Amino acid sequence: MNEIIKIEELKRTFIVGAENVHALKGISFSIRQGEFVSIMGASGSGKSTLLNILGCLDTPTSGEYMIDGVKVSMQSRNQLSVLRNRKIGFVFQSYNLLARTTALENVELPLLYNHTISTKERHERAMSALVSVGLESRMYHMPNQLSGGQQQRVAIARALVNDPVIVLADEATGNLDTRTSYEIMSLFQELHAKGKTIAFVTHEADIAAFTDRTILLRDGYIIKDEPIEKQFAKKALELLPISEEP
Amino acid sequence: MNLFNLIKIAVRALLRNKGRTLLTMLGIIIGIASVIAMVSLGQSSTISVTEELSSMGSNMIMVSPARQMRGGVNLGRTNARSLDKKDLQTIRQNAKYVDKISPLVTTAAQLIVGGRNHPGSIQGVNPEYLDIRKYELENGAMFTEDDIKRYSKVCVIGKTVVDNLFPDGENPLGKTIRFGAIPMKVVGVLKSKGQNQMGQDQDDVVFVPYTTVQKRFMAITYFNMLFVSAVSESESELAATEITYILRHNHNIKEGTEDDFDIRTQEELLTTINSITKMLTLLLAAIASISLVVGGIGIMNIMYVTVTERTKEIGLRMSIGAQQRDILIQFLSESVILSLLGGIIGIMLGLLLSFGLSKVLNWPFIVSEGAILISFLVCAATGIFFGWYPAKRAANLDPINALRYE
Repeated sequence: MNEIIKIEELKRTFIVGAENVHALKGISFSIRQGEFVSIMGASGSGKSTLLNILGCLDTPTSGEYMIDGVKVSMQSRNQLSVLRNRKIGFVFQSYNLLARTTALENVELPLLYNHTISTKERHERAMSALVSVGLESRMYHMPNQLSGGQQQRVAIARALVNDPVIVLADEATGNLDTRTSYEIMSLFQELHAKGKTIAFVTHEADIAAFTDRTILLRDGYIIKDEPIEKQFAKKALELLPISEEP
Repeated sequence: MNLFNLIKIAVRALLRNKGRTLLTMLGIIIGIASVIAMVSLGQSSTISVTEELSSMGSNMIMVSPARQMRGGVNLGRTNARSLDKKDLQTIRQNAKYVDKISPLVTTAAQLIVGGRNHPGSIQGVNPEYLDIRKYELENGAMFTEDDIKRYSKVCVIGKTVVDNLFPDGENPLGKTIRFGAIPMKVVGVLKSKGQNQMGQDQDDVVFVPYTTVQKRFMAITYFNMLFVSAVSESESELAATEITYILRHNHNIKEGTEDDFDIRTQEELLTTINSITKMLTLLLAAIASISLVVGGIGIMNIMYVTVTERTKEIGLRMSIGAQQRDILIQFLSESVILSLLGGIIGIMLGLLLSFGLSKVLNWPFIVSEGAILISFLVCAATGIFFGWYPAKRAANLDPINALRYE
C-alpha cells in the first residue's frame, strides 16, 4: 500500500533562551494508506511537536518528512497552507468551531480557502460531510445549540470535507465523557472502515485501544511501534453501564 | 475567498459587537459629518453672498476719488474733490457701456418731526440712483430732474426712517421733516431691502436731490462718489475702462501718473469675497479632517483588540489552509467596512446638519458631490491605512501559538 506519511530521522530542536531543547531526537516511521494509528505519550514526550510537524504547522530541524509524496521541509509558509488545505484534516480537543456560525458554514470553511471549488460544490460537499457524521438534522444549528459530541462531529465533518489524505486528531475525545468518547471513536472506526487514514494523538490507553497500531513516544524517541488487537467501539458502548444513559 | 464571502464574514464579525462597532465608527461619523457640513455650508454661504451682491446690482460700478496725499500725509477720501459735474456729464455723453449714472453727495443731519428725531444719513443723488442700487418705491414718487435743477427741498425716505419718525402709522407722504434747520417735504417712501451682507441697514436712508445737498447743506460743488451701472454685468469691466479713460482725460492726468480716482466693480468685490469664503471653507474642512484622523486611530485600536480576541480563530483558519494573505484581507476588509459604514452615516448626518443650518440661516442648501466622493475615498483610505498594521499582525501570527492561545 501507498505510504501517505514517511518520516526519517526527524529531529526538532527549539531554542529556549540560551538552551537548546530537543523535542524530537531522531524518529522514523511511515503511515500507509488506510491505517488507523494512535500516537501515545506522556506530556513532554514530543507528541505535540510531532503532531505539529505531521500537520504541516511546523517544519523539522533536520530529517525528512514526506506527505503524499511532497517534501514538507522544502515548503514555504504559503505552500504549507495549501498542503494543510488539500491534504490534511484537523480535529482538535476543543472542537475550535466558529461561534455564531452554523454547522454547515463551519464545515464549509476549509473549502472557502480553496479557489478551485465553486459555491455550489462547497455546499454539496459540506452537506454530505455532515451526513456522513450523522448530523443531517443539525446543519443550521449554531455551535452553542449543539452538545459536545455533536460539536466534535461537526469538527470531524470539517476535517473530512476537503477529502484529506490523512485525518489528524489531537486528543479529540479529551473534552468528552466516556460514552460520548466511545461514540466518537466508533465514528472514527466507521470512517476508517470506509478507507480513511487516521492518526490519533492521545494519552489515554483505552482510546488508543480502538486503533490498529500504536506509536509510543518517550523523551523524543519512539519506544514502541506495533500493531495492536483492535477493540470495537460499538461493543465497548454496549458494555457501558446503562445508568450512564442520560 | 470571494468578495461576497469576505464581506459576509466581516459584517458578521462587526455585528457580534454592535455597541463597540458603533462607538468605533463614531469618530469617523463625526469627522465625515463635519467635513461635509463645513464644505456644504461654505458653498451655500458663497452662493448666498453672490446672490446678495447681485441684488445690490451686479453691474454696479463705484467711482470714488483716490486717497489724497499731501506731504506724505494720507488725507483719505473725504477731502478729495476730484469728481464734479463735468465728469458726470462727459461720462453720460461719451461712455457707450454705461447705462445709468448718479452722483453721491453724503452728509448727516438730525431729522426732526414734532417731538421725535432720528440721526439721518443723507444721500444726495439723482433719480437714476434708485435703478443703480435696485431700490423700489412703496409710496409716492422719486423726485425729478426738475427738483435737481431747482435745488428742491424734497426727500425720499427708507423704512427705518419712517418707523422712527412716524411710529404711529401715519402716512409720511406730504409731511415735512426738518433736517436740522431746513424743512424738507417727503415725496416718496422706499420698499424695505433689509440688511446687506455686511449687516448694514439699507432702509436707514434719506435720498435728496444732490444739488440740494451741495448747495443748501454743504456749499460744495464736488461729489463724494459716482454710482454707475453698466449696460450688463459682463460689460462692467468695459464700462470701467471707459470711465477710467474719460476721467483721466478730464483730470488732465499724464501718462505714467496714477489715477486720482478709484473704480470698483461689483465683480471685483465678488471675487474677493468668494476667495475669502473659499479659504474659510478649506480651513474648516482641515480642522474637521483632524477628527477623521482621530477616528482612524480609534479603528486601529479596536482592530488590535479584535485581532487579539480572535487569535484562536486566526489559528484555526490558518490550520485549515488560510494563507497569510487571506487573514490580512479578512481583517482589512473588516476595518474598511467599519470606516466606510461610518463614512456613509457621517455623510448622511453631515447633509442633514447642513440642511438644517442652511434653513436656519436662510441660505441655499447645496449638496457637494465632490465632498461626498472625497469623503468616501478618504474613508476607504482610512480603513486601509489604520487597519493595515492590525491585519498584518494577524497575518503574521504563528499558527501553532495562535491555536494554543487561550
